[in-house]
Amino acid sequence: MAGLSREDVAKVARLARIALDDVELDRFTDQLAQVLEHARDLEALDLAGVAPTAHPHGLVNVVRDDVVRASLERTEVLAQAPDVAEDRFSVPRIIGEAP
Amino acid sequence: MNALEVAASVRAGETSALEVVAESLERVAARNEELNVFVHLDAEGALAAARRVDERVAAGETPALAGVPVALKDNLCVRGQPTTAGSRILAGWRPPYDATVVERLAAAGAVALGKANMDEFAMGSSTETSAYGPTRNPLDPTRVPGGSSGGSAAAVAAGMVPVALGSDTGGSIRQPAALCGLVGVKPTYGLVSRYGLIAFASSLDQIGPFAATVAEAALVLEVIAGHDPLDTTSLPEPAPALVGHLDDGVAGRRVGLCRELVEGADPEVVAAVQRAAEALARAGASVEEVSIPELRLGLSAYYLIAPAEASSNLARYDGVRYGLRVDGPDVEAMNVATRTVGFGDEVKRRIMLGTYALSAGYYDAYYGQALKVRTRMIEAFARAYARVDTLLGATAPSVAFALGAKTQDPLAMYLSDVFTIPTNLAGEAALSVPFGTGEGGLPIGVQLLGPARSEARLFAAARVLEAEVGR
Repeated sequence: MAGLSREDVAKVARLARIALDDVELDRFTDQLAQVLEHARDLEALDLAGVAPTAHPHGLVNVVRDDVVRASLERTEVLAQAPDVAEDRFSVPRIIGEAP
Repeated sequence: MNALEVAASVRAGETSALEVVAESLERVAARNEELNVFVHLDAEGALAAARRVDERVAAGETPALAGVPVALKDNLCVRGQPTTAGSRILAGWRPPYDATVVERLAAAGAVALGKANMDEFAMGSSTETSAYGPTRNPLDPTRVPGGSSGGSAAAVAAGMVPVALGSDTGGSIRQPAALCGLVGVKPTYGLVSRYGLIAFASSLDQIGPFAATVAEAALVLEVIAGHDPLDTTSLPEPAPALVGHLDDGVAGRRVGLCRELVEGADPEVVAAVQRAAEALARAGASVEEVSIPELRLGLSAYYLIAPAEASSNLARYDGVRYGLRVDGPDVEAMNVATRTVGFGDEVKRRIMLGTYALSAGYYDAYYGQALKVRTRMIEAFARAYARVDTLLGATAPSVAFALGAKTQDPLAMYLSDVFTIPTNLAGEAALSVPFGTGEGGLPIGVQLLGPARSEARLFAAARVLEAEVGR
């Protein structure tokens, strides 16, 4: 585990859809590097053969009977959306215009 | 009046839910501006709900929490009421459904007054990362109430409501309970439905109660616990009986005073835990010192696992379906602008940390390694619980700290949760109970921990400690 660089932080910010200015980039790099430095105590552990736990009670699939039941009120849900068109969520352009 | 007295009195027709709720609202009005406890108050709705409780009582019903005013952490969805999770990105959002715990409280006759302040998306230990300003500790307004459920804790500590709900992902109920002199419970993972709880780290989050006394906390937990088909992680077994076991005592119980759950705490905190051990021994428990070195790895594992889960859970805030949208020329620019404006610094830090821990090339070294540590921790707890029934330690390393003391140093803030995190990683049960005071006369909380579904035993032990300090 090499130290966290400014470029690493810029990259994860892009992946996470967060914009950072130069001052923020410096500050976050320092702070995140400190947290990761603290996490180095995990690096030295020999955990070969230990199974990972992603969930405390060992999740298994839970299924229910496939029966019709009430769902959320569509008008109530859409009333909370930033933009709606024809009973659908509306967003800015996704695909560029043809050249 | 505590919750048990309120409910008994309303059920007996000696007082009305309406009077109780109206008085409660007056106490909120008296200090809310100073303390910033409620971010949204629904006085009209609460009074209407109180009238309905009075009608139910008049019709012969005997609800367990008849007329008891409650505060709800603002990450619990209430249909039609503003629910922000302390974030600007959800400003103005009104959920189209109720959380299961909200329904269960209402069915039991409790009356929600409104939404209590919290660290943004429950990420924090002081309620200072809220987009709606910090909450102050009612016992000393220059100090923090702890967090992330600081508003819920302050609402009870200020006497505005007898009980409140919070959520605990790494200590967010127990630590503010300790700092505000309250009982706070992190139930076994899956004991309480998470349906309608705004997700932070789904494998760690659990809803639980705050109250001034052990009996009140046990009653509220009994009301909200139990299987819910709407939460696939909710435990299928019937919820354990709690109130009936409050006076079980600790005679014959084996208590382990856990070295790793006091090391690094302030000397006055260590001394309080020592005195708690002596009190349990006097009440008939056998107390021994135990050491679980794996617990020292909890903080590091948690600050990889929780941010990893958060980075995934918070991807849904994209300006499309609800909450804030900041426009941009195309959909990606809109997503970026919305999240950049909508999230505060602590949330951005955790999202980036989690994204990094999950990213190609680092996944095995960080997230993968943390998940293996989690296995080790569960095994280590199990070995300890083969020897003792209950573990005893500190809840927080110190009494309530000053506002602003740790806001510039995230790692120092994270260390506030060092004793509470292991329970969340293991999915087990723990609670904090006030036991003495420290610097400035401020309360100290001690923590009792047990295996999954051991709440009844923890409450019985907490009752012994409560009796010792004379509640």
